[in-house]
Amino acid sequence: MKNDFLPWRFTITKPRMMLLFLAAVSTAIIVFRLITGFGLVTNLNDNHPWGFWIAFDVLAGVALAGGGYSTALIVHILHQEQYISVARSALLTSLFGYILVMAGLFLDIGQWFNFWRPFVSWGHSSVLFEVFWCLSIYTTIQILEFGEIVTERVGVKFHAWMKKLMPILLIVGVIFPTLHQSSLGGLFLIAVYKLYPLWWSSFIPIFFLLSSFFVGPAMICVESIIAGRAFNHDISTSVLHGLAKISSCAMILYFVLKIYDLSERGILRLMFTGNIEGNIFLIEMIAGIILPVGIVFSKWGITKKGLLSYGLLVSGGVILNRLSIVFIGLSKPGQGSYLPTVWEVLTSLGLVAIGCLAYCFIVENFRIFADKDNKKIYLKNSA
Amino acid sequence: MTKGILVDIPKCIGCGSCTVACKLWNQVDFDDRYPSSGKEAVLSDKNWTIIVSCEVIDKESRPAWRFIKQQCLHCQQPACVSACFSKALQKNSDGAVVYYPHLCVGCRYCMVACPFDIPRYEWDKTFPLVTKCQMCSIRISQGEAPVCVMVCPTGAIEFDERDSLLKKAQAKMNKDSNYIRGIYGEKEVGGTGWLYISDIAFDQLGFKTNLGSDSLPIYSHNYLKYIPGIAVIWGMVLTVLYYYSKRKKELLTKNQELEDSSDNKQEKEVIREKSFETSKDKHN
Repeated sequence: MKNDFLPWRFTITKPRMMLLFLAAVSTAIIVFRLITGFGLVTNLNDNHPWGFWIAFDVLAGVALAGGGYSTALIVHILHQEQYISVARSALLTSLFGYILVMAGLFLDIGQWFNFWRPFVSWGHSSVLFEVFWCLSIYTTIQILEFGEIVTERVGVKFHAWMKKLMPILLIVGVIFPTLHQSSLGGLFLIAVYKLYPLWWSSFIPIFFLLSSFFVGPAMICVESIIAGRAFNHDISTSVLHGLAKISSCAMILYFVLKIYDLSERGILRLMFTGNIEGNIFLIEMIAGIILPVGIVFSKWGITKKGLLSYGLLVSGGVILNRLSIVFIGLSKPGQGSYLPTVWEVLTSLGLVAIGCLAYCFIVENFRIFADKDNKKIYLKNSA
Repeated sequence: MTKGILVDIPKCIGCGSCTVACKLWNQVDFDDRYPSSGKEAVLSDKNWTIIVSCEVIDKESRPAWRFIKQQCLHCQQPACVSACFSKALQKNSDGAVVYYPHLCVGCRYCMVACPFDIPRYEWDKTFPLVTKCQMCSIRISQGEAPVCVMVCPTGAIEFDERDSLLKKAQAKMNKDSNYIRGIYGEKEVGGTGWLYISDIAFDQLGFKTNLGSDSLPIYSHNYLKYIPGIAVIWGMVLTVLYYYSKRKKELLTKNQELEDSSDNKQEKEVIREKSFETSKDKHN
């Protein structure tokens, strides 16, 4: 269905109706939560002050949105332009990722009208202070970076300006994510007696940074294979395989560092004690790291199916890692466990749905998939 | 000077007066869900201090009761204060760790950071706040003891300078061999304002005995101190990489173009020669 009144396109399909429905449900829950507090909507309690929203929306969300800065680094700063076909869609996913993270944070803070407070009342000894500033600055930078794409169609006279600004934006736009990706891990340094030792480590900032870097290409694989089907944008598997290989090297480094850290502290055996912490940790390592690295370096690594399963395994592994840190790692023995309510999960799914819808809208109206065929379609549409 | 409070555990009879006085002074409601004293006592947004009854075995191996007062321990180097990113938690020079609600964003990082799991949250309110013992900071600033100390009928809790309390505790332990050696709170996470002495091992009374003597804010600080340097160096590295790889790319493409054009020339010459030969052939 093409909208003839406005110069913008938005196709309505059945899956999109589903997403719209989810988005509506989520918005309703958010409004209800902001009016009534946490008690009715969430399972949060004094033993589990952080729950699904922090673990999924913020910790996993920021990591999964890491595709933006990792491609910016590979494509624009190292000028590996063979990967340029994914650069714009990676930036877009990352931008929406961060906007959703901000939304998730906003609904998770109790005094939400006070969200601006750290801008003026500087608790600079807190790692969260650094995360807060970096997130805010980086989201702004990404919006400016995206301005280069927007000005191709809207406010065209600013396009030359935006192009000139890009090198600075790109460099600053890699510094800040590097800092806050690691700082999200750094948040847990102070919880040295509370986070389960399999996850707590003095290296935890490096683990968070590395995992956000290697999950970037994995997300790009998932996104371009799925979006490729939907929008007939075929990215060559060799481009994706190249990115997956870079990511796999980071994964091997991550794995080696993890094992070194655990053996150095003499707690390798904690993995095999058969308790829930150990088992989840093993799943993370085997299904989230070893298996996908195996796939990439085997003959399946150059097939679409192989790349898709690599992408799903790695992103699943990172989500599992962030969730298990908050749900299981921070649980105190004998104080019960935390499982999110349906409402908490629905809210987050709805936020993701809003992100997907916005993604579809932008892809249909701006030149995201930078190849010639699409340019033609885009020009036809905008004409 | 830093104030402190010493709890002499064997002296406490578990009457719970302190928990009632706390509610009255701080104008906090009674909690219908959790009792503030007894076996089931739990800290909550309405119970800022509790008296927990513990059934233990005493030195003559007879069953006995001990009563443990729980509240914020007012660390010397508080993790919650360093974790708060909007300065809603601050440590006064007199030793009290005080919460300023108007600065609070409600992120609950203090609850994650606190090694003693003290801060609680008003989960049922629209605009919930963090709650915890404030050591009656207003009373202290006026030279009075916290209200729980004032009402204690047995003198089990004592308010004074922290240093002199440590000396007193040491003297008590030297005099009476029933006390176990060691003051809980003297060294834990860099020392706490509340100090405990006991005749029963602390781990049997529900105290966390695995906490080292390192102050926790150090862990964040040792990470954060590298951030500005890393940001600057990383920025310079990225800038160099950007221009280096750009230049390399440009040179590569230029070379390619040159090669391409020279290739073209050679091809043209070959064609010319060929056509010359064919024309010669024709002539022959």
